[in-house]
Amino acid sequence: MERETPGRLFWRRFRKNRLAASGTLIVLLLFLVAALAPYISPYDIGDINTKNALQPPSRDHLLGTDQLGRDVLSRMIWGSRISLLVGFVAVGIAIVIGTFLGALAGFYGKWVDNVIMRFVDIMLCFPTFFLILAVIAILEPSIWNIMIVIGVTSWMGVTRLVRAEFLSLKERDFVKAARATGAKNPRIIFLHILPNALSPIWVSATLGVAAAILTESALSFLGIGVQPPTPSWGNILTAGKDNIEIAWWLSLYPGLAILITVLGYNLLGEGIRDAIDPRLKT
Amino acid sequence: MSAQYKGRTHRFAPTGGLLFYYLIKRFASMIPLLLGITVISFLVIHLAPGAPTGLQTDLNPKITAEARVRLEKIYALDKPLHTQYLLWLKRLIVLDLGNSFSMDGRPVTDKIIERIPITILINALSMFLIILIAIPIGVISACYQDSFFDKFTTVFVFIGFAVPTFWLALLLMILFGVNLGWLPISGLKSLNYEYLPAFGMLMDRAKHLILPIFVSAFGGLAGLSRYTRSNMLEVIRQDYIITARSKGLAERVVIFKHALRNALLPVITILGLSVPGLIGGSVIFETIFAIPGMGQLFYMSVMARDYPVIMGILVIGAVLTLMGNLIADISYALADPRIKIVK
Repeated sequence: MERETPGRLFWRRFRKNRLAASGTLIVLLLFLVAALAPYISPYDIGDINTKNALQPPSRDHLLGTDQLGRDVLSRMIWGSRISLLVGFVAVGIAIVIGTFLGALAGFYGKWVDNVIMRFVDIMLCFPTFFLILAVIAILEPSIWNIMIVIGVTSWMGVTRLVRAEFLSLKERDFVKAARATGAKNPRIIFLHILPNALSPIWVSATLGVAAAILTESALSFLGIGVQPPTPSWGNILTAGKDNIEIAWWLSLYPGLAILITVLGYNLLGEGIRDAIDPRLKT
Repeated sequence: MSAQYKGRTHRFAPTGGLLFYYLIKRFASMIPLLLGITVISFLVIHLAPGAPTGLQTDLNPKITAEARVRLEKIYALDKPLHTQYLLWLKRLIVLDLGNSFSMDGRPVTDKIIERIPITILINALSMFLIILIAIPIGVISACYQDSFFDKFTTVFVFIGFAVPTFWLALLLMILFGVNLGWLPISGLKSLNYEYLPAFGMLMDRAKHLILPIFVSAFGGLAGLSRYTRSNMLEVIRQDYIITARSKGLAERVVIFKHALRNALLPVITILGLSVPGLIGGSVIFETIFAIPGMGQLFYMSVMARDYPVIMGILVIGAVLTLMGNLIADISYALADPRIKIVK
């Protein structure tokens, strides 16, 4: 009988998982909405019409209008681009830092490991939200700054994962074989060990996107994230809080969008985890 | 972790002398972490392009010249970086964090200390609520795996992980504050608080605290119940549980006496690890509900660029986290009969 490749095995398990499928569907839909934003949003997001301010949902404005009379649905559709961007860039930064430090710590061991892991311990002492706010207080709040700040404060989990993988992989025969053929350390780390250490990183990256989106929305809600007039789900919610007594739709829908998006990435991440290693299933 | 794990079962809790050694070792291990915390907090402020004095550029018009002069004086910015750090550390050790940049110009230490109790009170109560609700949920769904209850709570957990807490706060404010009018939506006490009878004062306080405590607990509920469930599932599959069952013990005894204790031990560590999340989250709910705690002070200081307060709270938040982990480790050592604390 033909042996199943790990990739095939992964797909077979992943497809069977209904929760993972719904996660994938949600994420794909979001990509689609973000890509098609200019074509599917019913109104221009900059269209200010104060006569039309704070209108409840109607046939003209499916999700109502905000305090400047702008269409909420259109702003939410454009906001999906922000979530996508922040999620991927922030996680990208965290993965690069985390993988690099984790690989060094796991591969070289000894004092390198000690220094890096103590640094991780120290970073983990800080309430992340405090650290992010403190850095934002010094830099200006802008979408690029918050992506960078979220990235550089969330790499510690990846470092621990990658280090653990390297610790077990570096003793394997294929590494000894590579060394015997005269491969230098950087080559062994990046070309031989790293590709084999990637699977837990995928899970943590997918869950990380969800966490980054939550953090971005909280920062934008507090007014220190994405700055108006650029629409983000978080800063639409700020308007929701300001008009909490009269305009429930401003509070309800953007939050629902965040909930569904984060749920989608979480389901996808769990699905990948179960498909990589069913033993970890909880 | 300095507590050494022993494979065999030892039936004694750490006795006085050993615990003392353990504590000393544990405290000593915190010193490098504390130093690291101060280094990072210090660097965060110096992380801006150039020194904080160079902040007044076109990019950053919000720094006033006055603030710059004060920064220069407080942090001795004309000296080299390591000297600045050592000077700052020296003052930090005697809890001198300088004066706030805000109008009142009060000592940072005073401003923070008066706001810590309410933040700790809310966090402690919500931690209590998390334990009270999440552990039974986790245990029941593990014991009745794949039952309706288990499936229902799994869905709840997934949604719980995904709900932005500030959004939940908004919805609860709309429902209970605006529509139903049952609960106040901001502050710690009503305007007529001073004129209420003693019991009325208590009720007033409680009414103001219900929503903040619930909101800050909500995020932790999902995580802890999931964690308890998977721990419990793992323990139930162990050999000693099969042994206990085959001895003919009642299921109740097996679950509560043999399984539960072993399943709950790691939960202590998780509770310790959840401290920074809770403290960090206090920024959000204290701002939303207008609660005068440390989180709100931090938010206001960030908006006003009150650097001495920001640095102070950054250090104190991290130290509180260290304390949380310390308490968790000690509780673990006391609760686990297998751990024998060695000198």
